[in-house]
Amino acid sequence: MSNFNGAQLSRLLAVFRRNALQAIPTVLGIIVLNFLLLEWVPGNAADVVAAESGGATAESLAQLQHHFGLHLSMGERLSNYLSHLAHFDLGMSARHNLPVTTLILDRLGNTLLLMGAALLLATLTGVVLGVLMSLYAGRWQDKLISVLVLLLYSTPTFWLGLMAIVLFAVTLGWLPTSGSHTIGAGLTGWDAVADKARHLLLPMLTTAGLYLAVFSRLTRAAMLEVSKQDFVRTARSKGLSPAVITVRHVLRNALIPVTTLIGMHFGALLGGATVIETVFNWPGLGSLVLESILARDYPVLLGILFCSSLLVIVVNMVVDLLQAALDPRIQVR
Amino acid sequence: MNDAIAQSRTGPLRQNTHLSASARDPGRWRAAWGGFLRDPAALAGLAILLSAVLVAVFAPVLFPGDPQDMVGPALVWPGQDAAFLLGTDSLGRDVAAGLAHGARVSLSVGAVAAVISLTIGILVGASSGYYGGWVDDVLVRFTELVQTVPTFLFVIVIVTIGQPSVCLILLAIGSACWPVTARLVRAEFRSLRESEFVLAARSQGFGNAWVIFREILPNALPPVIVTTSVLVATAILMESALSFLGLGDPNAVSWGSMIGEGREMLRTAWYLSAVPGVAIVLTVLALNLVGDAINDAFNPRLAARA
Repeated sequence: MSNFNGAQLSRLLAVFRRNALQAIPTVLGIIVLNFLLLEWVPGNAADVVAAESGGATAESLAQLQHHFGLHLSMGERLSNYLSHLAHFDLGMSARHNLPVTTLILDRLGNTLLLMGAALLLATLTGVVLGVLMSLYAGRWQDKLISVLVLLLYSTPTFWLGLMAIVLFAVTLGWLPTSGSHTIGAGLTGWDAVADKARHLLLPMLTTAGLYLAVFSRLTRAAMLEVSKQDFVRTARSKGLSPAVITVRHVLRNALIPVTTLIGMHFGALLGGATVIETVFNWPGLGSLVLESILARDYPVLLGILFCSSLLVIVVNMVVDLLQAALDPRIQVR
Repeated sequence: MNDAIAQSRTGPLRQNTHLSASARDPGRWRAAWGGFLRDPAALAGLAILLSAVLVAVFAPVLFPGDPQDMVGPALVWPGQDAAFLLGTDSLGRDVAAGLAHGARVSLSVGAVAAVISLTIGILVGASSGYYGGWVDDVLVRFTELVQTVPTFLFVIVIVTIGQPSVCLILLAIGSACWPVTARLVRAEFRSLRESEFVLAARSQGFGNAWVIFREILPNALPPVIVTTSVLVATAILMESALSFLGLGDPNAVSWGSMIGEGREMLRTAWYLSAVPGVAIVLTVLALNLVGDAINDAFNPRLAARA
């Protein structure tokens, strides 16, 4: 930023501190919610192990239940759960025979790559389209783009993905249909990166579609509102060129609600990852969700819910800091 | 997904729409209704919605019998056979029948889930905005908690833990989508509770419940009405995503489940996935057009006909 000095830094630190304090009750709430959901899940860990090994006698079932601590009271189970969490232990996956944390960390990178790329594309394209729409507001360019954007906004993402597969992968054969890399090709270095990028393209474009629509509509509305304000009139009367006014004055202010929306949308993005990764067979957290549902692997499912919620909190914190950096009027009371 | 647009419509860009103090002024609602009727996009949206509702209501008359019955040869393309205008699937089931009966599930889930969300959201937002103090603090924390958990994942977990049925799905969606409404209602109530007509009602001896429901709520409704269409659209999209993944009611045909089943034949019979998807796009588009028009009708200054 233009005058990054001690005052700016201390303001950002104050914002960070406020966010961290406010996040604590939310994190506690998520932990309690997760614990309650784990309690209500049908079939406890002992049943699952017994089922996997093809049955158990009454004595061995009782022994298993004792082993998993199922005979303890709810309070004791809760404190066990909390102490496990403190050691970053989210339980064991019966299906994969691996700790849940390992499974999640394995797949997290792929999901973040997909979501990050999609969000970046959606933000850049959305803001540009929104600026264009606001510049031509009311004229045919605006109406045309608005109609296309509205159509994109109304399309279910998974259906868009399926149709994209039909068009680009099946009919035209330009892009691969699924997966994150060509299995068995043994590519390394730049070849591997290019291969992954080719596989990333369709899922990324599909995911970005909806958010592109959201951001462009918001940017258009924000730009139109900001351009009516007095300081823009001042800038214009100062003789600044329209480009400078649009980018340095109007856009910078219009970006603030856009950043709020990014923070609000991250949760929806993670939820949408489930469907998109299933459609494209992308090996990320989302497809792990469906796999664990089909395998009745509830610790994994709830572990993903927990980690996603934490991720949303972190992203909201980052967005808050970004907003405080963008808008010097934001002060901590 | 869509609920954030609702927030953006009325959040940082919201201007004071309380042109008159009391909602009992019929002029404001009449003006909004008139503006709505003059908008061609709104009328188109309304027409599409009405036809979808009619098809859903008269589905048993138009396509009697179970939509899951095998009635014809398998994998007939749309337009090939006059008896099956939209084709048949891999088991010989009529796509058009599935579409009509699926409309009942999709539309009813959308409507009922939206009503549940609205009810919870209005109750939470009104209490929080009107009473303030510790009630406000607790409810705001609770709203934030529900908003932090990714909505679709939350719905998936609830549906997985219980037995998947249409009832559970609409309860799950309804109990996950209310935070946006609650925040809107809270903001409206906080600004309206200091108004003069509230003071007048209180000084006349009316109790809190009367003031909340008969005085403030009618004035707080315009932004809520705008978000209703977004809520219904979100609920329909969420239900279709659930059914697509195979987590929906196994006994009910819905647009999402048709797309999911058509996915296996994507290379050869892609119309099986395309046709129900077009139905969803048209319905959600209609809801968005109507929602936009309502928004413009209530906020003519924000209509930005620059």
